[in-house]
Amino acid sequence: MGQVVLKGINKFYESVHAVKDVNLQIRDKEFVVFVGPSGCGKTTTLRMIAGLEAISSGDISIDGNVINALAPMDRDIAMVFQNYALYPHMSVYDNMAFGLKMRKFERPEIEKRVREAADILGIGELLKRKPRQLSGGQRQRVALGRAIVRHPRVFLFDEPLSNLDAKLRVQMRVELKKLHLRLGTTAIYVTHDQVEAMTLGDRVVVMKEGVVQQVGEPLELYNQPANKFVAGFIGSPAMNFAAVTVTEADGSLIAENSGLRIKLPDEIAQRLRGHIGREVILGVRPEDLTVVGSADLDHPCFDAVIEVVEQLGSEILLDMKVGESIMVASVEPTARVRVADKLRVAMRRSRLHVFDAQTEAAI
Amino acid sequence: MIEGAIWRKWVFFYVPMALFLLFLLFPFYWMVITSVRPDGELYRPWNSINYNPFWTWKPTWDHVRYLFEETLFASWLWNTTFIALASTAISLVCGVFAGYALSRLNFPFAGSLGSAIFITYLVPQTLLFIPLAEIIRNYRLGDTPWSLILTYPTFLIPFCTWLMMGYFKAVPRELEECARIDGASRWQAMLYIVIPVAIPGILSAGIFAFTLSWNEFIYALVFLSSPAQKTVSVGVTSELIRGDVFYWGPLMAGALLGSIPVAIAYSFFVEHYVAGLTGSVKG
Repeated sequence: MGQVVLKGINKFYESVHAVKDVNLQIRDKEFVVFVGPSGCGKTTTLRMIAGLEAISSGDISIDGNVINALAPMDRDIAMVFQNYALYPHMSVYDNMAFGLKMRKFERPEIEKRVREAADILGIGELLKRKPRQLSGGQRQRVALGRAIVRHPRVFLFDEPLSNLDAKLRVQMRVELKKLHLRLGTTAIYVTHDQVEAMTLGDRVVVMKEGVVQQVGEPLELYNQPANKFVAGFIGSPAMNFAAVTVTEADGSLIAENSGLRIKLPDEIAQRLRGHIGREVILGVRPEDLTVVGSADLDHPCFDAVIEVVEQLGSEILLDMKVGESIMVASVEPTARVRVADKLRVAMRRSRLHVFDAQTEAAI
Repeated sequence: MIEGAIWRKWVFFYVPMALFLLFLLFPFYWMVITSVRPDGELYRPWNSINYNPFWTWKPTWDHVRYLFEETLFASWLWNTTFIALASTAISLVCGVFAGYALSRLNFPFAGSLGSAIFITYLVPQTLLFIPLAEIIRNYRLGDTPWSLILTYPTFLIPFCTWLMMGYFKAVPRELEECARIDGASRWQAMLYIVIPVAIPGILSAGIFAFTLSWNEFIYALVFLSSPAQKTVSVGVTSELIRGDVFYWGPLMAGALLGSIPVAIAYSFFVEHYVAGLTGSVKG
């Protein structure tokens, strides 16, 4: 079992309120990812769960038992650190066996578990080496192995992939996912990389300035972001935002600013009835913008001028000037576009997002 | 180095290097040559015809023999070794624990306590020996090795503490945190993880402490009085300079033999010692 419940967790560092009233229920066998920019409190939250950081107020419980006052060793958790934290003076075998030795396991049992973990991770050949003789990816595996052998109730990961190079990171990401499917241990994972969050997490917790912004499955965050921050943080390239004023004309709602004037589709217009005459923020993802030949009656359109063309091979990113602001569109790699081209761009009507200009919450 | 300009290499590198080496090594050379030179050559006036201060054709062991047969040099050596090892051991144990506590445990006034310890290191020994002499006398420790074993730590502990503080700070905190999650108590994490990782630092602190107490002069001069209790540095200078007569041969032989253990300590640990100074802990 490994059910983790955070109830009203707060953390103060002298005058800084680093983590603000976090409430979260993590189910057994779930893979939960905390994601957010640096300084958002995600690592602090993880360290509080690990017992490396005192909780200022609130309760953390594992399987129903409050663990606030327990020492890290008594929480039955395992943690993988960003810099791996391998014991440099011990061999790979001893690194992995250390936790079991500390817990007074019998020698044959230690041997068995270490072999088992080494086989899962494919580091059976390296058991006699010292950490400094390993590559980054191998060190990462040893760090994982050290966590696995303990058979803990919960795995904690603190940005475990960010010291690896890009290619290896993708590879290890897949392996982590496989490992979780195989072991089924509850995992809490901290990262600043939204791609990792989206690909690994059963659920993702987006944090900013110590406050949980949204908790949800990856696609839920992508399709229905709770606020402008989540909308901008999840997805790459980031969502385009435009501050627009809502006006009414001929019974339908119009959103406009200096370079943009679009008729809002009905489903959004309904939600914006209360905002007539006010400013809202319109959001649309680059992949939901398409270049159209002439006026497209179905979808809201606007005119744009290409400023930069970024060829990525699988797609083309267009940085376009729309009125005063810049928008990015992701288009087919076959599109024939050049800098300074004037384009008509359509927004997919079902994929428009609107946010309150003051609270930034989704409307 | 610029290619094709060999003369530059000579002018800016080899020649200055050679001069520097000459400057540094000449005292040692002088020590060696004096200690094997017969008395007749040593006290020859500078304007005599066969005056030749830099070389001798008749090397002799007389001075070394004199040192061991006519003086208590062997006991001085033993005293110095015992005192240096004991005070180094005391200081290392205290310094390692204090350094760990000051760098890792967050207790109130840790910072100011660290600075206070450093300030005690700055109090000159030439002042500190006066109150210390009083204490030594009150505890009736005068003229025993304990007078030095217990007073050397007054400057060795702050020194070791500071060196170890810096070293412990360079050991990634995660190592210890990981150990504590793995099931080690704070004490076990320190014993099994942090201290083994800090061995190079502990070795450098030990070598420095050993050298400092081996070479110490003032306390040894003040607290020890009978010839049999003296250390090498005091014994050689007080017993081989009688009035205004310098027994140059034995004096230099004593200095030479006295510096050999330190040289051995350095060269034996030099690998660890350098690693300790450059801090080679990486994840």
